Amino acid sequence: MSDATILSVRDMRVHFQVKAKSRLPWAPSRTLKAVDGVSFDLRAGETLGVVGESGCGKSTLSRAILNLIPATHGEIVWMGAKLTQASAREWHAVRADVQMIFQDPLASLDPRMTIGQIIAEPLTEHRPGMSRQDIDARVRAMMTKVGLREQMINRYPHEFSGGQCQRVGIARALIVEPKLVVCDEPVSALDVSIQAQIVNLLKALQAEMKLSLIFIAHDLAVVRHISDRVMVMYLGRVMELADKHALYETPRHPYTRALLSAVPVPDPAIERGKVVQILSGDIPSPIDPPAGCVFHTRCPMAQARCSQEVPELRTLAQGVLAACHFA
Amino acid sequence: MPLLEVKGLQVEFRTHDAAVRAVNGVSFTLEEGETLGIVGESGSGKSQSVLAMLGLLASNGRATGEALYRGENLIGMPARALNRIRGNRLSMIFQDPMSSLNPYLTIERQMTEVLELHKNLTRREAKKRAIAMLEAVRIPEAAHRIGQYPHELSGGMRQRVMIAMALLCEPEVLFADEPTTALDVTVQAQVLQLLRDLQRDFGTSIVLITHDLGVVAGLCEKVMVMYGGRVMEQCDAATLFAKPSHPYTIGLLRALPRLDQQGGELAGIPGNPPNMAHPPAGCPFHERCADATAECAEREPALETVRTSGTHATHWLRACHRPVDAMTTRYQESSHV
Amino acid sequence: MKSASLSATLEQAVAGRSPWQDARVRFLRNKAAVVSLALLAIITLACIAGPWLLPNQFDSADWNAMSVPPTFAHWHLFGTDETGRDLFVRCLIGGRVSLMIGALATLTSVTLGIVWGAVAGFIGGRVDNAMMRFVDMMYAIPYLLIAILMVTLLGREFYLVVLTITVFSWMDMARVVRGQTLAIRSKEYVEAARAIGVPTRRIIVRHVVPNLLGIVAIYTTVTVPGVILTESVLSFLGLGVQEPMTSWGVLIQDGVGVMESAPWILLFPAALLSITLYCINFVGDGLRDALDPKDR
Repeated sequence: MSDATILSVRDMRVHFQVKAKSRLPWAPSRTLKAVDGVSFDLRAGETLGVVGESGCGKSTLSRAILNLIPATHGEIVWMGAKLTQASAREWHAVRADVQMIFQDPLASLDPRMTIGQIIAEPLTEHRPGMSRQDIDARVRAMMTKVGLREQMINRYPHEFSGGQCQRVGIARALIVEPKLVVCDEPVSALDVSIQAQIVNLLKALQAEMKLSLIFIAHDLAVVRHISDRVMVMYLGRVMELADKHALYETPRHPYTRALLSAVPVPDPAIERGKVVQILSGDIPSPIDPPAGCVFHTRCPMAQARCSQEVPELRTLAQGVLAACHFA
Repeated sequence: MPLLEVKGLQVEFRTHDAAVRAVNGVSFTLEEGETLGIVGESGSGKSQSVLAMLGLLASNGRATGEALYRGENLIGMPARALNRIRGNRLSMIFQDPMSSLNPYLTIERQMTEVLELHKNLTRREAKKRAIAMLEAVRIPEAAHRIGQYPHELSGGMRQRVMIAMALLCEPEVLFADEPTTALDVTVQAQVLQLLRDLQRDFGTSIVLITHDLGVVAGLCEKVMVMYGGRVMEQCDAATLFAKPSHPYTIGLLRALPRLDQQGGELAGIPGNPPNMAHPPAGCPFHERCADATAECAEREPALETVRTSGTHATHWLRACHRPVDAMTTRYQESSHV
Repeated sequence: MKSASLSATLEQAVAGRSPWQDARVRFLRNKAAVVSLALLAIITLACIAGPWLLPNQFDSADWNAMSVPPTFAHWHLFGTDETGRDLFVRCLIGGRVSLMIGALATLTSVTLGIVWGAVAGFIGGRVDNAMMRFVDMMYAIPYLLIAILMVTLLGREFYLVVLTITVFSWMDMARVVRGQTLAIRSKEYVEAARAIGVPTRRIIVRHVVPNLLGIVAIYTTVTVPGVILTESVLSFLGLGVQEPMTSWGVLIQDGVGVMESAPWILLFPAALLSITLYCINFVGDGLRDALDPKDR
């Protein structure tokens, strides 16, 4: 894993205008702050895990990095080039290097195309000069690499299981040999035994093809297995961004600590004896995020300062950043 | 007499292409105050077994076998008699609270309906009881919330309303089909703790269907592992997690990413879940089993008692041709540290 | 070598079962739909080939055989009308006209509807709003009055009748296509295509259109009966095709006049029209069931 930073995101914000509750046409619309100031760097060959609960903005962030949803504010630097005001053509060139894997394996495949056509689509888009035979050969090689039998090349998505569909999605994402793959909850919809297969497959392919991954998930245990660094999000902001070992062994942010204690462990002795840090209340709406630190409404350590001042994401130790006044 | 005794339950769905045997011989017992976890992946038949017991199968489904609730067989019971039991002495909560609650009715109307139907209470008495139950499930400002509509509540609160509705008539058994799967982790922790406390306070037996072994570890005393419509292993939770003896259980535990262990290698189970329209011959797991022999592909292993274990003298049942000791040793050797 | 050919066979790709093939299997299982399709085929074939094979002409009046009830003599299987013209041939000729107008008007209204709906659905926003409000306006217009107006002003040429009918038959398709386009646009596989970098026009051609065809097929079979009926109504009012050309609507109008004395003159064209409409509806139902993704 080299030290070269390939992706740099600074103060990314994605805000949506939503209609006010009163529905009168002249009522001012309100802002849904899906992502509200996220910054991070990604090095070559690294896996960054992004975790958070509903409303934290992790999916929106992934779409904004690929410009599938336009960012309201913020800077994206990819391989040294600023992408924020880039034209459609510049984005098109970038897309050959940045690909995505989606959450619902079956829904992300066009039901009227064979999987051979689905996997070949990025090739026909970004390598227009390739001959049919070359494309076919590449598709078959990729299918074998992700563990699909070549003979299935003319089958349709609905004839496959969830795990196999996700392999098709992976093959499609990797066939143009990208440098970065953004994985949006790639294993959440799969059975446990299949999850492990897919996670192992991703790790193996990452090592072989020297990929960087952004792995978005809500399952902290899965993220631990695949990530080098982990970013914890809450209501559109980053709460903690740390090396894997530091985060899981000595979490600094109270939200991270609560999250980790809430994950059920498959061991009755541990589970029965565990004291779970139950967070009070529900997750606030991103339309009306709390002032100051967005977590203060549920934080066991909250004080007056927390509702007034927004804590900055600051470095607490080597490779550990947290946004808390008292971390 | 056990509260619930299921013997040889089978569920078949008739489709255009073929008959799908979703559940292929499930047996278990449930005592009073006990919590049973039914664990399995998609296609294991865990949900369909419970739906069959409560008479909630789709119209093309047929259930055979016995599900004795206090001696009465629920399978094939006429709708009238079943309606007196459902919602009253046996109740169920589902995975997605949004689709289980009627979006056009207030919470109050949906809850009082249950009480008026089964307990013959007046509207006013029913409302009081409902508010008390909402407070028991820790919904803040219960008296105000009861007048709201489902879409005005968060996911965690809706699930708590579902639990409250299910417990209104003080049932003897609560069936919960993946009650926390759709919830965030912190909300899941709240709901699980709530279920634990409610069970302690009301003494309800709980049958929890889930794919999450962590949830089972925290809540259930007895665990039943299903695969391909059949029971693979059944015993008390402590034994299952410490000394699993079935290759599938072992595979599941090794495939689980765990927070209490360093990120080592995750061992997936090769292959795919079975196609229940064309189930494999013999043991449903044999195609994916690392220890399968020729016998496994021919003969279905019977669910046999291994030995009694645990403080409740829970029977340890297992359906596998391979010997117990070989499997448990295998697990202990390979557990990642 | 033997082993080489064996491995070559094994290497051969297994053909997949496309959603279209699945739908075809499901359609063929629907007996009502299959029987209706067969009946429709028979009627269409009879209308096309029948008049050439039968000895009687549709416009030759036989003063010796006026208002003759159905008989096997002289191939007057449906009888004759008041001027002695053979009703069977006239029904078949009328069928030609009704079916042809039905097909043409359906083609034009379906095309217009698809284009309107797909553009509105894909562009979205204010353009979509404006286009759909126009559709709403069209629904509000009393079509029969305007149809009468148009025919009176423009004339009763064949193509003008088709135009008049088209103007009032495309809105259903537009609405439905727009709804389906909106649904497809938000599907994950379209998002995946955008993430790959496929440009918008290629997304429409490669992903949106093939997934629209199902609903288009269904609603085409919904449009056809409406179109044929509209033509019949216009003809009944005397605003359809001109003499000596005839259609089922014209024949029905003729029949109504002598309903009590020569009921067969009304009965046969009405029966043919009804059967045709029923059959198209059953085929449409069969298509809808066959293409319904929930069945999968």
